[in-house]
Amino acid sequence: MANEVCFRTLHLPEPGSLATYRSIGGYETLRRIVTEKVAATEIINQVKNSGLRGRGGAGFPTGLKWSFMPRYFDGTKYLVCNTDEGEPGTFKDRDIIRYNPHQLIEGMCIAAYTLGARVGYNYIHGEIWEDYVSFEKALDDARAAGFLGENLFGTSFCFDLYAHHGYGAYICGEETALIESIEGKKGQPRFKPPFPASFGVFGKPTNVNNTESYASIPYIIEHGGQAFADLGVHNSGGTKLFSVSGHVERPGNFEVNMGTPFAELLGLAGGVWRGRQLKAVIPGGASTPVMPAAVVMAANMDYDSLSKAGSSLGAGSVIVMDESTCMVQTLKRLSYFFFEESCGQCTPCREGTGWLYRVVKRIVDGQGRMEDLDLLTDVSHNISGRTICALGDAAATPVLSFIKHFRPEFEYYIQHGRSMVTGK
Amino acid sequence: MLSQESLAKIDRELNKYPEDHRQSAVMSSLRIAQDELGWLSKETIAFVADYLRIPAIAALEVATFYNMYDLAPVGKYKITVCTNISCMLRESDRIVEHLEHSLGIHMGETTADGKVTLKEGECMGCCGGAPLFHINNKEMCEHLTPEKVDQILEGLK
Ligand SMILES: Cc1cc2nc3c(=O)[nH]c(=O)nc-3n(C[C@H](O)[C@H](O)[C@H](O)COP(=O)(O)O)c2cc1C
Ligand code: SF4
Repeated sequence: MANEVCFRTLHLPEPGSLATYRSIGGYETLRRIVTEKVAATEIINQVKNSGLRGRGGAGFPTGLKWSFMPRYFDGTKYLVCNTDEGEPGTFKDRDIIRYNPHQLIEGMCIAAYTLGARVGYNYIHGEIWEDYVSFEKALDDARAAGFLGENLFGTSFCFDLYAHHGYGAYICGEETALIESIEGKKGQPRFKPPFPASFGVFGKPTNVNNTESYASIPYIIEHGGQAFADLGVHNSGGTKLFSVSGHVERPGNFEVNMGTPFAELLGLAGGVWRGRQLKAVIPGGASTPVMPAAVVMAANMDYDSLSKAGSSLGAGSVIVMDESTCMVQTLKRLSYFFFEESCGQCTPCREGTGWLYRVVKRIVDGQGRMEDLDLLTDVSHNISGRTICALGDAAATPVLSFIKHFRPEFEYYIQHGRSMVTGK
Repeated sequence: MLSQESLAKIDRELNKYPEDHRQSAVMSSLRIAQDELGWLSKETIAFVADYLRIPAIAALEVATFYNMYDLAPVGKYKITVCTNISCMLRESDRIVEHLEHSLGIHMGETTADGKVTLKEGECMGCCGGAPLFHINNKEMCEHLTPEKVDQILEGLK
């Protein structure tokens, strides 16, 4: 079965409207827990049992993260949703805010009730203006219907939620850069610890989750953690939105159970386009290792299967490449991206991403030397683990995995000054 | 410097944040100013900072960090084309070539009549619609083909 959790409304007319969401029982779970005063520990236990792991890419267990928020705090606690997706290949959260925004809002309300947060922000990627506007409209509708604001359902529970619009910076997807950005600053990641749970927005305890993580919560609380866990496989509970892009017939988002074979997902996207052969797949967004066709065709879409196969689920952003793809030229574009988006705070990342890009570019320009492949590996290792945030590692990953799996293509390019695949 | 309408929009943004954190509204305020005036001059940035009661340097730092702000004049229509991996795989280079050829300018340039600016962009988080571009930071145009690009260019008045 597909579309069971985050895309529950997708088959209905006007899937994003409040009326449609209410027609499937939307906001009733929130009403129940608030009016019946269900204990926070009970809700956190359900989230733990669900096996939900953070859908923003790192896969951290959501229930455990929630238990880090201080119970008692003299002041405002904050809730933040990360809809800043800008990792190449990732476009699922956009569809949640356009096609099922109220499920996200209800999920955030439930989290706010559980964690005692009084105010929330949804940080929305700068480039998707029309979707930001429609989400603001959804917030207005929820407010007017009494699901946001003061004394909800006649109780003492109050929660205000606002949208914050980004303006073009991939790094703001990193949670502490995102917090700086909400404070009206440059998006430069903070050193951790302290973690957002103790020092977040305006220095106050803050819980940050991804859009898809929050949007999964109403289902989990309505049906119980176990029901969600049962949709998936061991260690990977629930369904997952997979964004499939690149060389397929029908690019798009597909919500399927965790553990679905890659081959099946590829089928949903219409298979490789133009009748061509599959060459390689990046399964979780630009920062996850590339997989050769034979390896990915034998893998399933869940955390354990992909990590056993040498890659990672990341944000579920599946980039498909057919036989006509030149891996050297593709790596050049990816390396440029990380170089361009480094915030510049840490020397290994600022300088290292520049080195990686320039060396790959030199190969593409026909000026490469055989030693460059070792140099690229060396520079990558010197970035990894030596930076404030994970962007440094993210930049190194494609370089290491592209060279590992497609080394002959790189060697050919260096020897002949042109691509083994395209001849250009 | 800004119209009453823009100031009212900024006030609405200010309402989202605590009284003593007016700086949080700087990103949207700069966006609102850019929408009205076309680009952000030093004077505009200083005006926004003043209105928010924050140091001008704090607003300037933000304006220079995020790449959708324009710190120099651009054409009436700014077309930002994504060339990142998912778009590249779906032949965004053909779209770039077609745009450059039709407009007679290169990426980063503005047509002589000041109508269109071409810019290369990073991932817009809409890769399912690749290849794509957006116009004036607002309107997303997806599943582009050279024919569709022609239609869009014709529609720009
Ligand atoms: C460079 C970088 C970019 C990131 N981009 C995103 C993003 O676009 N969306 C997101 O949810 N998480 C992103 N993350 C992960 C966040 O820092 C954070 O782990 C996540 O929002 C937590 O939510 P989750 O536990 O529900 O996944 C990024 C991390 C890094 C290092
Ligand atoms: S790793 Fe890179 S992006 Fe992250 S804080 Fe350091 S310089 Fe900035």
